[in-house]
This record gives sequence, structure tokens and C-alpha cells, in this order.
Amino acid sequence: MINDKNSQKIVDIIQNWSRKHSIWVLAYGTGCGAIEIPPTMTSRYDAERMGVRGAATPRQADVLLITGYLTTKTLKRVLRVYEQMQDPKYVIGFGSCTINGGMYYDSYNTIKVLDKYLPVDVYINGCMPRPEAVLAGFGKLQELIGEGKANGATKYKENLEWYRANQKKVIPTWKRPEYNW
Amino acid sequence: MEFTLYTLLGMIVTIVLAFVVGMTYMGLSRKIIARIQNRKGPPVYQNFIDVAKLYSKTTSINHGFMQHVGPAFLMVASIMALMIVPVLNGEQWFGNLNFSGDLIFLLYIMVFGPLGMALGAGQTGNSNSAIGVTRGLSQMVGFEIPWVMALVALMIQFNTTSIVDLLNIQAESGTWLMFSSPFAFIAAVLAMLGMFRYSPFDIVGAPTELASGPVSENGGKYLFTMMSSSSIFAFVKLVLYVDIFMGGASNLVMLLVKTFAIYLIPMLYGAVSPRYRTEQAIRYFWGWPAFFGLLAIIYAVVF
Repeated sequence: MINDKNSQKIVDIIQNWSRKHSIWVLAYGTGCGAIEIPPTMTSRYDAERMGVRGAATPRQADVLLITGYLTTKTLKRVLRVYEQMQDPKYVIGFGSCTINGGMYYDSYNTIKVLDKYLPVDVYINGCMPRPEAVLAGFGKLQELIGEGKANGATKYKENLEWYRANQKKVIPTWKRPEYNW
Repeated sequence: MEFTLYTLLGMIVTIVLAFVVGMTYMGLSRKIIARIQNRKGPPVYQNFIDVAKLYSKTTSINHGFMQHVGPAFLMVASIMALMIVPVLNGEQWFGNLNFSGDLIFLLYIMVFGPLGMALGAGQTGNSNSAIGVTRGLSQMVGFEIPWVMALVALMIQFNTTSIVDLLNIQAESGTWLMFSSPFAFIAAVLAMLGMFRYSPFDIVGAPTELASGPVSENGGKYLFTMMSSSSIFAFVKLVLYVDIFMGGASNLVMLLVKTFAIYLIPMLYGAVSPRYRTEQAIRYFWGWPAFFGLLAIIYAVVF
């Protein structure tokens, strides 16, 4: 009964609906974009009405929100945080810096294209994106989750070697156990 | 045979009722707090969605045996406490096992779950969990004193430790215990502020300082178990207060009205209060609440 294809479809619909309407966000706020998160969460724009809520630790979070640029040093922390999160998990790239480097396009020390190191589900464009844009980004993510198309985590698992190669290229000296590096 | 069947069915109905009511109250509290902050707020059923999502998440965290058992401890303790609290007066379906438990047993069971959780959180090795556990146990030492004093005052005054007897006494005399022993009620309500762990007493799971404290290593199904058990436990505490101080309830509507009235106290107090530090919280409980507890005992002994 449970392995039946049609009943699995019903379970998927219910699961996707609940995932869509309950998004717990872990904001990785080292970039300047973090300043747009408080107005998004508080009285003026109130993201909680969409079910978007802050999570305190990676274990409880569904969405990793990367606000702005990542240096090669902070990329290490982001990778550890991302790998601690439980499936299903999503990544939102926030601001121009995560798309093409933004104003740091010629910096020697920052990550230009985030998608080469982490599977990004939704990008929010802008420098800075206003809270309206952030809410629109969350709406897009909800749409994708509802359709079951936000599958960044599976992409990461399938193409792990490619991602690892890219990560190792920018972080040459990182002592991590061999089995997960 | 028929009696056993009724009891078993009644238990299942009670657990489902406690889960639904507790979850709805938590959703309502999120909505009300949002309205106080001039926000629209999540829908009332948001907590059910959260729980469904948490259940559908996969979990691959392993810190050892006790970490897996900790949430189960919480759940078991909540359900045990629910079983010995009479939900409705003289009702076959919600009587449960209240004949075999009394206030002293209940006092023990109410700290059993948090202690199991403390063991589980300790094994995760997360320093935030350890700090959260120490804070939680210190806070428990704080609010248990006025709470036990209030209950002991009632036990001395009416010469019984049974919840059902207290209900019968209130039915016979026609007044609620919150009027006939007011000091015990005040001490118990002030202790309840700490028991619910809303701010200003949310020092255990303070998300901004401790990354949610004892639960910081638990996601997915563990968090699902904890959320469900905390909603059941909230219902238990509310029903216990209604039973002891407000004469119980004869039907479900009255039960909901009375429990929600009690629930508004910690929620609204929390909505306008910032968080205490640990020593401030303990000093609070050992101040006026303990004083009223002592007054209640003197009142019970003298009158």
C-alpha cells in the first residue's frame, strides 16, 4: 500500500505542501545583505505570514540564505553548515555577489559564482535586494518546492566530485578528514 | 473487558485531543503575539504545517544512544502526566487512570521528561546544549519551590493529595479553590510563568544566545517529537490548573474556555517582556512567588 505509486504521489503532494508553507531559514549573514533580513522578518514586511521563520541551528533549518559575498575563508564555514543540514535542504543566493561577484568581480579573495561550490536553488538579484525582492524570492522557492523542482541537494549529491573539485581549487589548504573532503 | 476497552479508547482520544488543542493554542499564541507587534502573523494552523514538515524531513544525526532516547523520554513523560490528570469531571471517556495517581506522583512525573531530555542533550556534546540544560535545571529549581509550596498548602488545607478529591471538594462547596485559597493560586500562577518557558523566562531555548539550547543538535523527527510532546505537556499543565483551581470543566467547551483563559496569562506576560538572565529568573521565583507560597502554607495551617 505504501509502496504503491499512486499513494506515494499523494504523500508527495502533502509533504511538498507542508515543506512549501514552513520554511525555516538559517541566514548566513556575513555579507552586507544581512541588513535586509531584519526588516523582512519584522513588522513592516512580516515574512512569518508565509511560514518563513528563522532557525537557530543548521540541524533545524531548511533553507541556507547566503547574504552577499563569500570569501574563501567563509566558504569553508558555509560548506560545513550546508553539510550539517538535513534533507530536504535548499540554498538561496542573495544579491549580485553570489551571482557573478557583483562589486567584488575582480577581488582575489572572494567567490565569484556561488553555484560552482554549492547548488543554489533560487537567486535573488540586486545590490541590495529590497525586502520585497526577498519575499518574491521566497515565493519563487515556495513555487519550486510545491512543484518538487527545488532539488539542489540531490544535484549536489549526484555531482559531488565536480563540486569538491571546485571547492578544493579555491581552498587548497584545508585539513579535513579524507572521507568527506 | 468492556471497561478496559473504554479506557484504552479514551486514552487515544485524550492524546489526540491534547495534541490538537496544544498545537492550536501555540498557533494562536503566535498569531496573537504577531498582532501585538502589528504584524499579520502566520495562520492559526501554522504549527501543524511545521510539525508535518519536520516529520517529513530525513534525519542522519547520530551522537549516541541517549540522544535518540531523549525526545522519547519527553514524549513518554508528557503522556504519563496526561494520563493521571482528569480532563473532564466524571466523564467516562476522559477519566483515564486518574484514580491511581496523585499530586505527588504528578510532581515527580513533571520533571521526569526534562531530566531525560537533559541526558539526551548532554550526549550531543554541543556546548549550547550543555548551557541550555544547566539553565533549564536552575530555572526548574527556581519555579518548583513556589509550585510545590502551593500544592503542599492545598494538601494541608484539604487533607488529600488526590486531584479527584480536590475536584469533588470544589463541587461540594460551590466555590473554586482560586477563591477559597487565593495565596496558593497566586503562587502557582507565578510559578506557571516559568513552567511555560515563555519570555521573560525563555532562558533555556533562547534562540539568539544559545541557538535554541538543548534542542540545538536535534532536527527533523526529533524536533517533531519534542514539539508534539511540548504541546501535549502544555495541555496537561493547563488542565491541571483548571482542575485544581477552577473547579474543573464539565464539558469540552468549558474546558477550552477555562484553559485558554489560563493560557493567556503566561502568553501575554511574555509578549511584552524581554528575557531575564538566569540569576534574575531564579531570584524572581524565590522572591514574591515563594513568599505567596509561604503565605499559602501559613493560611492552610492556621485556618
